[in-house]
Amino acid sequence: MNMQIQTTVTAGGGVREYLTFTLGKEAYAMDILKVQEIRGYDVVTHIANAPDFMKGVINLRGVIVPIIDMRIKFNQDTIVYDEFTVVIIMKVLGRVIGMVVDSVSDVVTLSPDKIKPAPEFGSGINSEYITGIGTSGEQMLILVDIERLIGSDDMQLMAMADNRLDMAA
Amino acid sequence: MNVDLSQFYQVFFDESAENLAEMERIFLAIDPANPDDEELNAVFRAAHSIKGGAGTFGFPDITVVTHTLESLLDLVRHHEIALTREMVDVFLQAGDAITMQLTGHRDGSSVDQQLIERVCEQLSAISGCSVASPVTKQVQSTSPAPPELNAEAASESTYRIVFTPPHDLYTRMVRMEPIFEELSAMGDFTLTAGIEPHHEFANYDPTRCLAIWEMTLTTDRTPDDIREVFMFVADEDEIRIEKSTAPAAIAPTQGETAPDGGAIQGRRLYDKNETAPGAYGRRPGEKAETSSIRVGVTKVDQLINQMGELVITQAMLAQAAKQLDPVQFENLHRGLSLLERTTRDLQESVMSIRMLPISFIFNRFPRLVRDLADKLGKQVELKLVGESTELDKGLVEKLADPLTHLVRNSLDHGIESPEARIATGKSPGGTITLKAVQQGGRVVVEVGDDGAGLNRDRILAKAAQNSLPVSDTMSDEEVWQLIFAPGFSTAEQVTDVSGRGVGMDVVLKNVHAMGGRVSIFSTHGLGSRVVISLPLTMAILDGLSVRVGNETFIVPLNSIIESLQPLSSDLNEVGRNNTTVHVRGEYIPLMRLGDIFSIPGAVQRPEEAVVMLIEAEGEQLALLVDELLGQHQVVIKSLETNYRKVDGTAGATILGDGRVALILDAVDMVRLWRSR
Repeated sequence: MNMQIQTTVTAGGGVREYLTFTLGKEAYAMDILKVQEIRGYDVVTHIANAPDFMKGVINLRGVIVPIIDMRIKFNQDTIVYDEFTVVIIMKVLGRVIGMVVDSVSDVVTLSPDKIKPAPEFGSGINSEYITGIGTSGEQMLILVDIERLIGSDDMQLMAMADNRLDMAA
Repeated sequence: MNVDLSQFYQVFFDESAENLAEMERIFLAIDPANPDDEELNAVFRAAHSIKGGAGTFGFPDITVVTHTLESLLDLVRHHEIALTREMVDVFLQAGDAITMQLTGHRDGSSVDQQLIERVCEQLSAISGCSVASPVTKQVQSTSPAPPELNAEAASESTYRIVFTPPHDLYTRMVRMEPIFEELSAMGDFTLTAGIEPHHEFANYDPTRCLAIWEMTLTTDRTPDDIREVFMFVADEDEIRIEKSTAPAAIAPTQGETAPDGGAIQGRRLYDKNETAPGAYGRRPGEKAETSSIRVGVTKVDQLINQMGELVITQAMLAQAAKQLDPVQFENLHRGLSLLERTTRDLQESVMSIRMLPISFIFNRFPRLVRDLADKLGKQVELKLVGESTELDKGLVEKLADPLTHLVRNSLDHGIESPEARIATGKSPGGTITLKAVQQGGRVVVEVGDDGAGLNRDRILAKAAQNSLPVSDTMSDEEVWQLIFAPGFSTAEQVTDVSGRGVGMDVVLKNVHAMGGRVSIFSTHGLGSRVVISLPLTMAILDGLSVRVGNETFIVPLNSIIESLQPLSSDLNEVGRNNTTVHVRGEYIPLMRLGDIFSIPGAVQRPEEAVVMLIEAEGEQLALLVDELLGQHQVVIKSLETNYRKVDGTAGATILGDGRVALILDAVDMVRLWRSR
């Protein structure tokens, strides 16, 4: 598993840019090319009987975009929605999807020598979505394979064969 | 320098496809015993057009087949050969062969050469002619007409025409080619050019016209018709027309037959059978010009999207203006009201651009029914009703496959053999009816037959065999719905037509994908009807916005029967989930949207809320909502683009204040209710 991840990182070759964001105490980084825009958290239309991290959908200049709250997905304790809440609008797997995070900071450039393979983690994110650990200055960033994460089954974002509404008892 | 013709190929393919479709339509409708002359001319011209285009764009294989067909059609239209049903069959096959060749050139698909050769052989066998070989040689088409057919050419006469033009013909800028073309289209035409005799070469002035044209024309037209062709070119005394008693012995070959008195060999310029490149054979005013333009689909889609955005923007303005005092801002309100009307009209016009008459798909069925009925040994008549009913283009294309399957089913399983029909006192020939009609905001398409109908017992037995939940107390409608299960078929034999059981569930899936539904009606011994109901447009809908808790939903106006606030006495509660509302003698089940969509704060007591009666698939349901908000025209936005289908909804929309609202789907709601 680790070997696979390592190959992914180095085979990418050259230097890449990442958007860094925080979820709880951890700092993460995602491929900047997948970021479409960054917004605040505004009115979201709730979708019934979706998982709790699926907040609903918003109107993004005429397009319906689903919003997922990663903080809920990672079981964080304190979750607030205020004027500082940030939503990263991403273009992933051919879809536009919004992800709520605690904050967004810089865009960093990481060369392959700054990236090390990821050890098995306990907290937050499942290690199969982590492509490595990067160092930027003094900060340690967890590099996320955002496509794999969004496309995974437990996110329930991709159309599934049967999504029957359960009638509330 | 070569002109790159490939940019025009697509136009040729499209036009040829239209010509072939027209030919097929006429062949299917024609009565061999009494063919309409205009129709015969039309198919001839269609074949001639294809041949000409094929020649221009360098498709000699198509030219060969089309030429053979055209020659034969020419004989038929001049009544030199009688039309028979077998010939029509061969013509239809020739059309198929040409279609195959065209597709081969367009898509690179494989072409069955043996089939082409077989078709050519059959064509030439009919006319008794030898087959035309590649383009450059000329064809003998008129000579070998069998003797007994000459009697039918009695209405035609052969004329010898000599045209001695005035010397200033060239300086008058007269072109003779159109004249000769027109004459050649009137019948069998040969032309020889000669030079005035007794001319001195030394004094030759090239600007003077010294040519004399001698022509023979075998036609059913009168000499006056012939003179008329020369009307603008020549005076009466310059044309000499004589009737020739002997039938035209036209055996055109390259370069021979010197004209009288001249020393120069004339080349036959306008032999009608010459495969002249670019000779499309269209005469002005004869081909029905439909005034239309081709527009790319992407342009139309873009227009529709922009129209949708306009509707949303207009809704936003209307919303914002609501708070403004109507007296103070009277002009503004008036302007906005005008804007709303104009937007609505514009939206209807734009939507209608994408609408196509359903005849587009209905047209393929006469051929299909004819071929299949022959193959199955059944006599079937096809009736088409409401062909001009219009549907969105996207739906028309998607409807083709399901309809084809249903028609094949009717042919294969529905309509009985002539013997079986007579045995039950029916007429030996069965009828399949394809009907399309607009009803409310939907288009209803129906495939009906007067065959044996569905066999309830067989279906129940087969369903039980497939471990589907069945019971004898199921209503007929419920039993018919069983045939939509995957792998279901009560056919005793699997034929290559149907019976494999992969059809009906795919039909259902396809129809659902279009936002439509299917219902089946059947009476044993009398026949069956499959009814498909489709939304009229896919993009904009009229809806009623409702509030449940703090969420807003849109309910399509078409599904709403009425809304009311019930009295406690109208309500009947047998457990929380089993409330019914008594409306005009009927007890209608109540579905609490607050519960379905897990909305906190929804009004619980129906008598304090609003009950909305909706109807779908023949069933009525009462939805409990907090409040009715207003009626709007909403633009349907897809949920599946970035998310996925949400049960109970048919997309979402953007309200005037920019928020998203889900659009409820009546059928989904009914099905949810049934399945609980």
